[in-house]
Amino acid sequence: MGKDTPADLPSDLPLVIVEKIKGAMRLVALSREAKQAGLAAGLTLADARARIPDLWVEDIDHRADAALLDAIAADCDRATPAVMIDAPDGLLLDITGSEHLFGGERQLRLGLSQRLRRAGLHVRTVIASAPDTARALARFGRIAIVPLGGEGAAVRSLPIAALGLPEKDRIAISRAGLKTIGALIDRPTQLFSARFGEAMTLKLNRLQGLAPAPLTTRRAIPMLWAERRFAEPIGRTEDIEAALTDLVRETCDQLSARREGGRVFEASFFRTDGAVRYIAVETGRPLRDPAAVLRLFREKLESLADPLDPGFGFDQMRLALPATEAFAVIQSGLDGRAIEDDAVADLADRLSTRFGADRVLRFLPEDTHNPDRAARAVPASFNPRTSAVWPAPEAGQPPLRPTQIFTPPHLIEIRLADVPDGPPRRFFWRKREYEVVRAEGPERIAPEWWREDAASATRDYFRIEDLAGRRFWLFRAGAYGGEKAPAWFLQGVFA
Amino acid sequence: MARADLETLREEVARLERGSSPAAAARFTTGSQAMDAALGGGIARGALHEIFAEGIADEPAAAAFAVALALRAPGRRPILWVRQDFVGLEMGEIYAPGLAELGLSPDRLILVRARDGPAVLRAGEEAARCPPLGAVIVEPWGNPKALDLAASRRLSLAAARSGLPLFMVRAGGTPTPSAAATRWSIRAAPSRPQLADAPGHPCFTADLLRDRAGAAGRGWTVEWNRDRLAFTDIQGDRAALSRRLVSVAAGGPGDPPEGRSGQRHAG
Repeated sequence: MGKDTPADLPSDLPLVIVEKIKGAMRLVALSREAKQAGLAAGLTLADARARIPDLWVEDIDHRADAALLDAIAADCDRATPAVMIDAPDGLLLDITGSEHLFGGERQLRLGLSQRLRRAGLHVRTVIASAPDTARALARFGRIAIVPLGGEGAAVRSLPIAALGLPEKDRIAISRAGLKTIGALIDRPTQLFSARFGEAMTLKLNRLQGLAPAPLTTRRAIPMLWAERRFAEPIGRTEDIEAALTDLVRETCDQLSARREGGRVFEASFFRTDGAVRYIAVETGRPLRDPAAVLRLFREKLESLADPLDPGFGFDQMRLALPATEAFAVIQSGLDGRAIEDDAVADLADRLSTRFGADRVLRFLPEDTHNPDRAARAVPASFNPRTSAVWPAPEAGQPPLRPTQIFTPPHLIEIRLADVPDGPPRRFFWRKREYEVVRAEGPERIAPEWWREDAASATRDYFRIEDLAGRRFWLFRAGAYGGEKAPAWFLQGVFA
Repeated sequence: MARADLETLREEVARLERGSSPAAAARFTTGSQAMDAALGGGIARGALHEIFAEGIADEPAAAAFAVALALRAPGRRPILWVRQDFVGLEMGEIYAPGLAELGLSPDRLILVRARDGPAVLRAGEEAARCPPLGAVIVEPWGNPKALDLAASRRLSLAAARSGLPLFMVRAGGTPTPSAAATRWSIRAAPSRPQLADAPGHPCFTADLLRDRAGAAGRGWTVEWNRDRLAFTDIQGDRAALSRRLVSVAAGGPGDPPEGRSGQRHAG
């Protein structure tokens, strides 16, 4: 796949893209004109200029290339949700099961290539039963569609480079007089394993479709999905909502049939111009009620900072669930509590959808004596199983922990500690003086030595009440008589 | 059986008995006899209650007072607290172990952190429409522009429909016309010392500035008993100090250092 020379650019000079490799500027990509002029990748820029003085030279921009490839990959999502990026210039699509939607492999290949060509790209597409076969043929071969089981035969005439070996190995094989993949296939594998390692045998097998190749898709392959293709692109809000409603119903039916529910629903909106917008809603517990899912989508679409822009219309929409979970059918207890809990979970989902999951929180206890870490705020939509329980306060004791804390604690200035280890008599916080009338402490909390910040000093905490009745949690870091004078901090405030 | 347990039982029985009359069911008691008597049986459910912090430094007390009232609401249902980010920055983030020591098990709490005033109101209204909750606390900072009479009517209406008590904690703000059923001004009160002069249970001075259902302008000093989840009277009925009423109405110069700092931060 290569970029075409954009028509609106000022020059029809041969275009070369250069990159600094081992201290020299070398050509890494060329336009058709440059190739016809006899240039090739790998040449230094100086050599190329010597041959053709009039060159249009651009520096390579890896980030822009990656972004372009990703955009193309997003557009290819319309063919199948399983799209893999084969950097720097390839894409692998697992079209198993989706070719019939396009009227067969041939049609799918044709449609996709035409679409990308219209966007101004040079593409080569190959369909094969093994990813490595397709990848090698697209770069070095001439076959378009490899018949089932014909992988071994199809790759025979390819050059050794198609194997993707390190440069020195490739040269070593060429020097041995072997020019094609077929020459390698015909020889016993032990020969190569001994010289080049097992990796080469594996590559050779993968190329022939004899060994499975691990693939990482660009986006997780959903557990189940539903999609709609529109003959006429749609753009009106009502149409989009109607299509979404349809998709939600269909996926929820699928979920019911599987007796499962989903916690993440992701809608993909494919624009005719190739842009794809993904919008996902999450729920705190498995869900399969179409009305509830739609409510979340409405909430989400309404609150988007960057609203859904149909442009010239969407020609395809997909609703996918990355994962499904067992769905607990509600047992309505005598008190109806289960139904009520459900309503509260619904509310938390709606608020999370609108304000963001990190803004709707629940608290989990942590098994630690470090007050900074005693509670963990987690998204309410996240349902962890935790064994830790909140310690029950001791009956009759006043609260020993503040209701609100400052992290990091505020440095304060103190006056007149009665005894070196005692509480202060007065302290200054935010330019205001507080006179201490009651105090309890110290409660010594040592740093957790197994943590990274173990170097921090031991803290002596005091519960303090001032003249007006305000209650504070102060601590002294370090002790008197040490190298450094201890510092005092205000960590929290009590009710 | 300990005395405290007996008291709890008596209260429970009394509450069950009251539950039979529809008028009483619309209210829940605070546990403080003096306050309950003045309030005509307790705090109204299905209504908006404004709880002002007298000075900015009283915000923890006002918030805890709201939590305590929310805990009095029957049914041990989840409590949803919407808090503007700025309150946390200014007065400290909510600390779950401390709430547990007030009697609110953090399992029951859902916290919504809202970016600004309109978000607080929006989330608060949404929550107030969810009857399975036990109570809703909303805590904007200062006087958000969005919080006008219409906004408070909406909140009040949402609460009336769902029957939820809705507490609006106001720190750094001044009273404006609102649809609230009651309006309180809270400040921390000196606690009854424990052994060796240690700070005791949380005490509040609560001034009832306004009560739609009755006479306002009264104040009490109450202590929160976490084990019984009830307020107890420390100092009985007295007229709220007029100084405070005036200062709150005039825009907060009654407590000069705090009032000033509050206005500085609220911008």
